[in-house]
Amino acid sequence: MTDIAIHVENLGKQYRIGAQLDSYRTLRDSLVDAAKWPVRVLRYGLSTRVDTIWALKNINFEVRQGEVLGVIGRNGAGKSTLLKILSRVTEPTEGYAEIRGRVGSLLEVGTGFHPELTGRENIYLNGAILGMKRVDINKKFDEIVDFSGVEKFIDTPVKRYSSGMYLRLAFAVAAHMDPEILVVDEVLAVGDAEFQRKCLGKMSDVAQEGRTVLFVSHNMSAILRLTQETIVLENGLLVYRAPSPQAVDFYLSSGFAQTSERCWQADEIPADASPFRPIALRVQNAQGKVVDTVRSAESNFIEVEYALDAPISGLRLGVYLMTMHGEPIFTSFDTDDQELYNRFGTRPAGRYFSRCVIPPDLLNEGRYVLGINASTFRVRRYFQDEHALAFSVDGTGAPGMQWPELRFGLVRPRLAWHIEELAQ
Amino acid sequence: MSETALSTKPSTEVIVLKPSRGWISLNLRDLWLYRELVYFLTWRDIKVRYKQTVLGAAWAIIQPLINMIVLSFIFGNLAKMSTDNIPRPIFTFTALLPWGLFSKALSDAGRSMLAHRGMITKVYFPRLIIPLASVMGGVVDFIIQLLILLGMMLYYHITPTVAVWTLPLFLLLTLSTALGIGLWLSALNVLYRDIGYILPFLTQIWLLITPVAYSVKEVPGHWQLIYALNPMVGVVEGFRWALLGTQNAPGPILAVSVGISLFLLITGMYYFRRMERTFADMV
Repeated sequence: MTDIAIHVENLGKQYRIGAQLDSYRTLRDSLVDAAKWPVRVLRYGLSTRVDTIWALKNINFEVRQGEVLGVIGRNGAGKSTLLKILSRVTEPTEGYAEIRGRVGSLLEVGTGFHPELTGRENIYLNGAILGMKRVDINKKFDEIVDFSGVEKFIDTPVKRYSSGMYLRLAFAVAAHMDPEILVVDEVLAVGDAEFQRKCLGKMSDVAQEGRTVLFVSHNMSAILRLTQETIVLENGLLVYRAPSPQAVDFYLSSGFAQTSERCWQADEIPADASPFRPIALRVQNAQGKVVDTVRSAESNFIEVEYALDAPISGLRLGVYLMTMHGEPIFTSFDTDDQELYNRFGTRPAGRYFSRCVIPPDLLNEGRYVLGINASTFRVRRYFQDEHALAFSVDGTGAPGMQWPELRFGLVRPRLAWHIEELAQ
Repeated sequence: MSETALSTKPSTEVIVLKPSRGWISLNLRDLWLYRELVYFLTWRDIKVRYKQTVLGAAWAIIQPLINMIVLSFIFGNLAKMSTDNIPRPIFTFTALLPWGLFSKALSDAGRSMLAHRGMITKVYFPRLIIPLASVMGGVVDFIIQLLILLGMMLYYHITPTVAVWTLPLFLLLTLSTALGIGLWLSALNVLYRDIGYILPFLTQIWLLITPVAYSVKEVPGHWQLIYALNPMVGVVEGFRWALLGTQNAPGPILAVSVGISLFLLITGMYYFRRMERTFADMV
């Protein structure tokens, strides 16, 4: 009988939010509140009038020993909160979790690294913080240094390292933690492609060794590669659990409008997006109608409607196109073209739309996901939604449609073929 | 699934994570399991403190020396307070040893939780370790200063009394007081950021109500027991007695101070543990 490594029952976490988002108080605040208490009771009764949000509510699931479980969801769905509770960093407000085995958490690489200490010293320090005993660190020291590739610089203070070296060393220490249960949060989001490849490789090794892994990521390919089953969190609730391909599909296509239009409500737009305000993202067919399915052989449109509450210079609005697996296809910004770039250097306040034409005979049949990004290059990102909208492409009129077969590949170009019989 | 991959025997213990209410246990077991972390954090603090400074560890000596000179001048030459026939520098410096440990706890331990917010929000370890390591970091300075003091005593031809064997006990008392107050302040500071601001002020006042630069004898007899409510009074007098033989074995004053010190320590630990559940969310 396989043991259950993690058992979570009715887990919930409540946070206080209020008019002042500061979570700390000063004595003055406490005193003033205490003085105002009688007045508050008279007006509102004895019930506490604090605004709270449930970051997690009613979470129930089990993870068997040796299982690799993915956790996906939008930003703010509660993924990191769940990991923090399972890592004992914070306490649940209700419910409970039972953990069998030592938990190692990778919520961040390089926790506790001190810039003045050398790489060698930081390995010991970071290892100790992660719960490794000194004897273990001694035994694995050479492996860690080898994995990180910073052997030559191991005795230089870490503040002299490049960010790449720093990440590699930090990950190398964390990767040798050897816990029975490994909990990983988005560490793949940082670092270059080389680093990400190494991370994925190591995590896949860990999974092969039969450890239990809980893996949170936005990278759908990594989820599909490493995990067997995945749970989907939405607004603090566990909404779906299935083998990873189904769960990823569910996540990418759920929550979208039925027609291929995505509208953003005021409360979905973070405050720091201002003065940019996204209104809607839509896919239109050749006739300009907002549809869910477009034809590969026709020109189609992607339109973003937005408003600027103040002028912005250097704004570029772009769309990402991805497959349902999260593989990127292209990124295109409305000011990619030099002429538009010059004309719209500064956009005054007002309401806009940016529309692009998807050329005919570009996309293959299948389902795709659109994301949007509004930013100024290397300065500020106003708004980003990586999985905003899904739509389908059907192959009517595409070359080769006389044969009912599904072609591989993301593109379905109409190539000009020439057939000639060679003279004898 | 290879068994050899898991080098340590899998533990079969079950940990239950659930909301805690009210006063909870001190969890000394976890503290023991993570004892190496105390060492590493203390070692890190000490190493980093003097890196990149020209004078390095000499700062551990310069600070109390300067304190001693200034206090001697004010309380000696200006206020003309007595020092029980012991050369003023020795008299003051002896008291500055435990005082240094204590004032470091006041300032560093008080701010330690906020300073380590990165670790607290990302990794699990018994949070008691943070103020503990912060207090322990002062022990190295203490030892350096003790050596200097012994050197000074040699110069003034003062030999330690036979009671010097009690010195480690007084060191423990200092640590207990420092840790007690450190725990209270560090936990309170996470909740009320005012604490961070009143620390320098608190340290100054505390210095004045501790008999560092003057003798307990200056305090009128009937006030002495109330005065001893400051646990550092017992500590300082104890140090002077052990090293210099200033008076009869300190009796009621020491008893009161020891009591207060242990009270601070135990209540500090329980209060810290009770507030621990909110640290990651509030820090």
